[in-house]
Amino acid sequence: MSDGTTRRLDLKGITKAFPGVLANDDVSFSVAPGEIHALLGENGAGKSTLVKMIYGIMQPDAGEIRFDGELVHVASPKAARAMGVGMVFQHFSLFEPMTVLENIALGLDEAISYADLEARIREVLETYQLSLDPHRTVATLSVGERQRIEIVRALLLEPRLLIMDEPTSVLTPQEVAQLFDTLRALAARGCSILYISHKLHEIVELCHSATILRGGRVVAECDPRAESSRSMAEMMIGGALKEIEKAADRSFGVERFIVGGLSLEADDAFGTSLKDISFSVRAGEIFGVAGVAGNGQNELMLALSGERPVESAGAINIDGNPVGTLNAEKRRRFGLCAVPEERNGHGAVPGFSLSDNAILTARTRKNMVRLGVIDAGVAESYTNEVIGGFAVKTTGAKAPASSLSGGNLQKFIMGREIMQAPDVLVVSQPTWGVDAGAAAAIHQELVDLAARGSAIVVISQDLDELMAISDTMAVMNEGKLSRTLAVGEASVDEIGLLMGGVHGDPDATADYAGATHAA
Amino acid sequence: MNEAILIAILVTVVGAATPILLAGLGELVVEKAGVLNLGVEGMMLVGAVTGFAVTTMTGATFIGIVAAGLAGAGASMIFGFLTLTLTANQVATGLALTIFGVGLSSLIGAGFVGQTVTVLGPLFPPALAEHEHLRILFGYDPVVYFSFAMTLVVAWFLRRTRAGLILRAVGENDASAHSIGYSVIGVRYMAVAFGGAMAGIGGCYYSLFLTPMWAERLTAGRGWIALALVVFAAWKPMRLLAGAYLFGVVMTLELHAKAAGFEYVPPEFLAAMPYLATIVVLALISLRKSVGAQAPACLGKPFKPST
Repeated sequence: MSDGTTRRLDLKGITKAFPGVLANDDVSFSVAPGEIHALLGENGAGKSTLVKMIYGIMQPDAGEIRFDGELVHVASPKAARAMGVGMVFQHFSLFEPMTVLENIALGLDEAISYADLEARIREVLETYQLSLDPHRTVATLSVGERQRIEIVRALLLEPRLLIMDEPTSVLTPQEVAQLFDTLRALAARGCSILYISHKLHEIVELCHSATILRGGRVVAECDPRAESSRSMAEMMIGGALKEIEKAADRSFGVERFIVGGLSLEADDAFGTSLKDISFSVRAGEIFGVAGVAGNGQNELMLALSGERPVESAGAINIDGNPVGTLNAEKRRRFGLCAVPEERNGHGAVPGFSLSDNAILTARTRKNMVRLGVIDAGVAESYTNEVIGGFAVKTTGAKAPASSLSGGNLQKFIMGREIMQAPDVLVVSQPTWGVDAGAAAAIHQELVDLAARGSAIVVISQDLDELMAISDTMAVMNEGKLSRTLAVGEASVDEIGLLMGGVHGDPDATADYAGATHAA
Repeated sequence: MNEAILIAILVTVVGAATPILLAGLGELVVEKAGVLNLGVEGMMLVGAVTGFAVTTMTGATFIGIVAAGLAGAGASMIFGFLTLTLTANQVATGLALTIFGVGLSSLIGAGFVGQTVTVLGPLFPPALAEHEHLRILFGYDPVVYFSFAMTLVVAWFLRRTRAGLILRAVGENDASAHSIGYSVIGVRYMAVAFGGAMAGIGGCYYSLFLTPMWAERLTAGRGWIALALVVFAAWKPMRLLAGAYLFGVVMTLELHAKAAGFEYVPPEFLAAMPYLATIVVLALISLRKSVGAQAPACLGKPFKPST
C-alpha cells in the first residue's frame, strides 16, 4: 500500500453480476486497522452485495479480497468469522422464542457450555458497558436490546473487522449515542469497522473515512469529517438534493381526523395495549407520532387504518363521521388511506403484480371494479401513473411486488395511496430502508398532499424525519400518547427522553429530564 | 374390578401407546426443524411390512426392527428429496407419501399375508417379567423401554445439546440460520430421516408385537393420530409421552368396554373415539394462545437459500 502499513481490509476490482444487473463493478477500497469506514450509497447501489461477499455469504465473480495483507477466499460466513470478521445485520438474525444466551450460542462456531458462555458474555457487557440479561427471551426485548445481542455475538469473537449494516435505523437518539460509544471503544482497541447507513449526519459524527457507491461503482472517497450531510448525499445521488419545500405561511383548516379515548387490547402476548389515546389532525396538517418501536405504534397503526376495528365507533372520526367500528375498506370510502410499516404481507402481496396490488387498495376510490368485475385497463393505467409519478424502478405494472427492492416497493406503496388523494392518510415508517433521494421525494409528496388539504398522520421512529415534515407531534410510550407538541417547541433531547430514554419509569424520567434541564 | 384385569388393561394401553409415541417423537423432531411431513402413516406401513418380512426371513426380531427403521428412513428420503431439494409443497408431498406407503406396503406384503412370527418376549427375566405385580414395570418387550428412552433422549437433545439448538433455530427462522452459516437443508434432511426411522420402528411394532402378523393397512390411521399428538403436545417430548398414553387409553376403550360387558354405547362409536378425540384436541388447541405452545415459525415453509 502507498502508506506503507498493512491494511485490515483491501478490496481490488470486486465484481458481481446478477441476472440483468451488475451489482458491483470493479469496486476497490481499503480500511485501516482501527478505522471506522463508512460505505454509502442509495438503495441498489450495491452496498449489501459487497458486504455479503466480504462476509462470505456470496462469492465475487472477479476481484480479490485481502485481509491483513493476505489474499483470502471467504467461502462462508463461518470462514469469515474464523478470519476475524463479524457482522451485525440490518434485519437481525435472531430466534424469537429462544433466550439471549441460546441466540448467542447459535452465532458461535465452537460449542461451549452455557456457563462459560454466560461468563464471557458478562465480560463483554462489562467491558463495553452494555446492559443485557442473558436469560430473557428475545421476543420480550426491545429493538435496541435485540441489536445489542447481535453486537455482543460479534464482539465475543474478538473481531478485527466488524460490519454494521444500517445499525441505527430503529434506535432512539440515546441508544444511538450509546452504540457510537461502543463502536468508538472498539475502534480504539484496533478493530476496524465498516459502517453502512443512510443517516449521513451519523457518518459525519462517527466515521473516519467513507467510500461512496453509485450503480455498483465507487464514485467517490471522502473524509466525512470534512464534508456535510448534504454534500455526501449529493455524491450518493450524483446530483443536487432537493430541500423539502414547505410554504412558510401554512394555515390549518378544520379538524378532519379526530381520535378520542381510543383504547385497544394487544392481541398477542408481546403487543402493547393502547390506553386512552386522543389527538386531532386538521386539514393541511402533518401530525407526527414518535416513539421507540414496541410502544404501541403497531397497535395504533392497526386501529387507525381499520385493520383492527375498535369497539367504540366514536373513538375515530373522519370529517365528523364515526368510523371506529369499520374495517379498512369501509374507512377507505370515508377517505382514509393507510400505509403500514410492513411492506410485504401488509402493504403489498409479494406474489401479486403491482397492478393487482394497486387494485387491492385503490379499487373503490379509483373505480377499478364495475359490477364486481375488475377493469384491468384502469388498474394498469393507474399503476403506471404511480410508477411514473414516484420514479419506481421496475419492469412495469405486471412485475410482481417481490421483484422490487424494499425502497422501490415503499415508493410504489406510498404512491398508490397518495395518488388516491385521501382525505386522511395514516403512514407508518414512510421512509424505512429508503435512500436519501427517494426519502426526500416521499417527504415532499407528503407535504404537498397536506398542502392540498389532507390530514396526515406519520408514525415514525426516525425523529429527524418527523422534525423535518411534521407540523405537530406527540410521543408514544407504553401504549400512551403524550400531549401534542408543536414542532420547534421541543428539542430532540426532550423528545428522546419522552421516547423512553428512561423507559417506563415516570419518576426517573422526570428526574432525568430535570437533571438535563439543570445542566 | 380385580387387580389382574387392571394390570391387563394397563398392558394393552402400553401396547397402544408405544407405536404412536415412537412415530410422534420422530415427527416432533421433524417439525421442530420446520418440516411438516404428513407421510407418517405411509412410513409406518413401510416399516411394518419391512420389519415383518425381514423378521420372518432372518428369524431375528432385532434385525427386523433395524430394517423397519431403515425402511422408514428410506421412505422419508423420497419426501426429503422432493420437498427439501426440489422445494415441492410439503403438505401435498406428505399426503402422496402416505398413499405411496399404503400401496408399496401392500405390494411387498402380498406374500406375507397370513404368516406369523414368534413374538419377542419381555426384556427382563421371567422372575420379574411374569411376576404377578412387578410385570406392570418389567413385563414389556424391549421396544417399550426403547420408546421411553427415546423420549428422554429427544427431550435432552432438543433442550441441552448444541445440535438440538441448531435444529430448533432452523425451524424457527431458516433465513437467519442460513445467514449465520448453518446448513438448513442438511439439518432438515437429518431430521426427516430420523422421523422416518422412528415412524418405521413405530410401524413394525404392530406387525411384530401387537398383532403379530401382516395385513394391508395394518396401522389403521394411527400415523394420523401420531401427527395430531405432536400438536397436542405443543412440540414438547414429555408432553408427547403423556399424550401418547392418554390416547392409548382412548384407543383401548372399545376393547375394555367389550371385556367388561359394557353395552350402552355401540362399539363402533368407541372404536371411533381416538379419531374423534384427535379432532376435538386439535380444535381446542387452535384456541390456545400462549407463546410456548406455538408451532415452530417456519413449519411447512419451503426454504430456498439465496446465493
